[in-house]
Amino acid sequence: MKEKEILDAIKKIVTPYTQRKEGLENFSQKTDFIKDLEVNSANLVDVILDVEDEFNIEIDNESMEGMLTVGDAKNIIERKLASA
Amino acid sequence: MDYKNILEKLPYSKPFLFIDELLNVNEKSAEGIYTFPEDSFFYKGHFKNNPVTPGVILTECMAQIGVVCLGIFLLGNEKTNSENIKLALSSSEVDFYLPVFPGETVKVVSEKLFYRFNKLKCEVRMYSKKDKLICRGKIAGMIKNESV
Repeated sequence: MKEKEILDAIKKIVTPYTQRKEGLENFSQKTDFIKDLEVNSANLVDVILDVEDEFNIEIDNESMEGMLTVGDAKNIIERKLASA
Repeated sequence: MDYKNILEKLPYSKPFLFIDELLNVNEKSAEGIYTFPEDSFFYKGHFKNNPVTPGVILTECMAQIGVVCLGIFLLGNEKTNSENIKLALSSSEVDFYLPVFPGETVKVVSEKLFYRFNKLKCEVRMYSKKDKLICRGKIAGMIKNESV
């Protein structure tokens, strides 16, 4: 799966949970889910569950804790897809 | 299983405790009952001269029995106590079908939808003594044991 496809999928997933819509305008790997998009911690769990469904992967607690930015999420998705 | 220890760990007290007894709690579900005392504080103003249990209180009752008690069971740690359990309601979406009047007893039945990364989301229903559906919805909260 191409990097852009993964980033587009993450953007689509996180959009309904985003409070700060301006954060979506310059969406990049540096985008921080909590600081830039103002997703709350409960909705961050929803984002992760949606990512699991979308990519058919399982994300463990340790990976979840390291998922602060869109780039972190992309790296974890790529790693899980490669090991699947 | 003794459910008393779950009730003892609840971080609520009167006048904001809405559980009398737990009937069943397991990995997937929880069931409990509560009788709304006729002298509950909210009846004085909801509504003027026409006491009806507020929907937010019914929601709170469903959350305490259906999400918090189940969550404490799922935390499962002997070390948990009411001081180190950190709780926050994160979402609720409830439909209401019947009013609850002062003195009525209700039964809350909850089924776990998921419990991951400290978030517990449940499908919760409340029934009258005659087993009529009072309200139902999805309620989620974050629950954590900070002593670990």
